[in-house]
Amino acid sequence: MPKMVIETCSVEWLQILDEDGICDEELRPPLSNEEIKKLFESMVLARTFDEKAFKLQREGRLGTYASIYGQEAAQVGSAFALRPADWMFPAFREPGASFVRGLPMRMILQYWAGDERGSQIPEGLNDFPITIPVATQIPIAVGVALAAKTKGEPIAVMAYMGDGATSKGDFHEGLNFAGVFSAPVVFVCQNNQWAISVPLKRQTASRTLAQKAFAYGFPGIRVDGNDVFAVYRATNEALNRAREGKGPTLVECLTYRLGDHTTADDASRYRSREEVEQWKKKDPIERLKKYLEKTSLWSEAYGQAVSSNAKEKVERAVREQESLPPPDPRDIFRFTFEELTAELKEQMENFLKVDGKERSESKDVLYG
Amino acid sequence: MFSMAKLTMVEAINLALRQEMEKDPRVLLLGEDVGRNGGVFRVTQGLLDAFGESRVMDTPVSESAIVGVAIGMAVYGLRPVAEIQFEGFVYAAMEQLADHAGRIRTRSRGRYHCPLVVRLPYGGGIRAPEHHSDSNEAYFVHTPGIKVVVPSTPYEAKGLLVAALRDPDPVIFMEPKKIYRSLREEVPEEEYLIPLGESRIVLEGTDITLITWGAMLQPTLQAAMLMEKSGTSAEVLDLRTLSPLDTESMIESVKKTHRAVVVHEAPATCGVGAEIVARINENALVHLEAPVERVTVFDTVMPLPKLEKYYLPSAERVVDAVNRVVSF
Repeated sequence: MPKMVIETCSVEWLQILDEDGICDEELRPPLSNEEIKKLFESMVLARTFDEKAFKLQREGRLGTYASIYGQEAAQVGSAFALRPADWMFPAFREPGASFVRGLPMRMILQYWAGDERGSQIPEGLNDFPITIPVATQIPIAVGVALAAKTKGEPIAVMAYMGDGATSKGDFHEGLNFAGVFSAPVVFVCQNNQWAISVPLKRQTASRTLAQKAFAYGFPGIRVDGNDVFAVYRATNEALNRAREGKGPTLVECLTYRLGDHTTADDASRYRSREEVEQWKKKDPIERLKKYLEKTSLWSEAYGQAVSSNAKEKVERAVREQESLPPPDPRDIFRFTFEELTAELKEQMENFLKVDGKERSESKDVLYG
Repeated sequence: MFSMAKLTMVEAINLALRQEMEKDPRVLLLGEDVGRNGGVFRVTQGLLDAFGESRVMDTPVSESAIVGVAIGMAVYGLRPVAEIQFEGFVYAAMEQLADHAGRIRTRSRGRYHCPLVVRLPYGGGIRAPEHHSDSNEAYFVHTPGIKVVVPSTPYEAKGLLVAALRDPDPVIFMEPKKIYRSLREEVPEEEYLIPLGESRIVLEGTDITLITWGAMLQPTLQAAMLMEKSGTSAEVLDLRTLSPLDTESMIESVKKTHRAVVVHEAPATCGVGAEIVARINENALVHLEAPVERVTVFDTVMPLPKLEKYYLPSAERVVDAVNRVVSF
C-alpha cells in the first residue's frame, strides 16, 4: 500500500488595509462611516492612554504597567466585534479592548496603581479581570462558553493571549477542550513576537501560531494585526461562527510590541533599533489615518478633535483615579469567602487593634 | 421517618450527587471517565443515563482544563463538580486552583465568585500504583479562598457533600479511597446537611484528645479501643473540614483532657497537624500536661504497595504516641 496524504493544513493570511492605507474594498467589512471613525478614535484613545500611563509610571504615580504601543488595532478591532452579552477575557495587555467594551478607564489605572477595586468589573459588563499568569484565563473562558452553551444562551466568548501563551499547557488544554466540546469561543492571539526578551522562534517551531488550531479540530487564521479592518473582519466572522454553534476559532493577529514588555523592562537589551523602526512603519493608527485621509471622513479639524478628546478623557480618568479614597484595609479579608470564617474574623479583629485600640480611630494608622 | 440503607461511601456520594442534580439543574459533573464508565471508582455510576451528556461530561485527560473550565462554569452561574481521578494528578490543576478559584472573589471584589466542588479521591492503603496514594490536603489548606473537606464515613460523606455543593465558594472534597468500600453505614435517603467547618466528637473520653480526619479515623478509633482496655479514656475528634478548621471544638476538648495527639496520613512537616499543634499552643498551652504529638507518615515519597503498611499510621503507632503523651 503506498503512503498517502490523509490530512493537510492550510493557513489563510488576511490583510485588507496595507501599510500605505490602501484598502481592498471587496474585503473591507461593512462598517458605517461612524463605526470606522469609532475604530480610529478608539485606537487613538488607547495610544493616548498608553503614553500617559507610561509617564505616570515614570513619575511614580503608577506601578508597573504593560504597554500596548503598536497593538491598538489588534485590540480595538477584535473587541469592536463583540456584543454586550458576549464575554471577554483579557490577558494583561488589552486596555484597548477593555475601553471598547466600556470598562471605565480609571479602573485600569487603579489596577496598575495597586488598587484591586480596579478589578471589580462593573455589573452588566461581562469581562473578566486582567489575568497575569500566562494562558490561565483560556480554560476559564472555555468554561464560560460551555456554560452558556449548556444553558442555551447564544453568546460568544473572546479570550486574549500573547504569543508566549501558546507555549503553555493551559493554551493547549483549553483549545483542545474547546474543540472537543465545540465551545462558542474565539481565541485572539496577539502575536507581538516578543515574550519579554524571548523571540517567537523560541516559543515555537511552527511557521504560524494560527496553525495550532488545526490540531484541535477548528480553524485558525493569521491576520495582519496592525490592520484594524482585517482584525475586525476575522474576529467578527469567528464570533458569528461561535454564536451559530459552529465552534471555536483561533485568530492570530500578527503585530509588534513597539514598547518595552512593561515599565520594568528595557527592550534595547535584546532587540535591535532597526527591527523596531521597521515595525513603526506599519503603525496601525497611521495606516487607518492614511485611509481616512483619502475619504470624506477626514479633516484636520477632525484629527485634532480626536486627539484632544482622547487627551481630555485620559486626563479625566487620571484625575478620577487619583482622587479616589484609598481602599479600606478590611477589604483584604472581606472577599475571601462569602462569609468570613472564624479564623479570618479573628485575624481581622487583631489587625484592627493596635495596642488594644481600634485602628480605625486613627486614620493615619489605618490608611498609612 | 427516615428511610435508611446501608451504603458504602461510593454509594453515599453517588446518592448525594444524584439528589442534588435532581434538585438543582445548575449542578453538573465533569471529569475523566465520569460518564459512560461511571468513574474509575464508580462514584458517578448511572448519572450519565439519568442526566445526559450535557450534565455528565466525559472530558479529555486534562486536569488543568477540567478545573479551569469548571471555574468558568461556576463564574457563569452553574454549579460544576469536577472530578480529578486521583490526588496525584491534581498538581497540573494547582495553578487554576490557587491563581483563580481561590482568588476570583477577592480580586474582583465580589463581582465574581466560584461555587465549585473538586472531588479528589486521596490516600493510601489500597495497594494502588504510584501517584495514586498520597494525602496532599495541606497544599489546599494553605491556599486562601478554598475550603477543604474530608469525610470519614458514608453518612458523613453524603451530608458534607450536599453542604459543599451548596456552598458559594470553592471546595476541595477529598474522598478517602481506603474507606470507599471498606465500610457500610446507614445513610438516610432524605436530605441532611453537615455544615462545613464543624467537627464532631466520635468518641467521648477524658484522658486524651485524638484529632484526625478521613481514612485515619479508623486506625485512631481502633487505638482508642485498645487503650480503653488498658484504662486510658480517649476522646476522638473527626475534624471533617480542614479549612476552615473548627478550632473551638478542638480547644474545648483539649481543655478537658489536657493531652492531645494528631493523626494524619500526610507528611509531618507543614502538615495540617502542625497547624493544629500551633492552635492548641496558642489557645490552650496552660491546660496541657504534655507536648502534643503527631502521628503521620514520614517526610518521604509514598512507597509502592509492598512498603505502604510500614508507612501509613497504624493503630499501634497511635497507641505508642498516646502512651508517651500520657506518661510524660
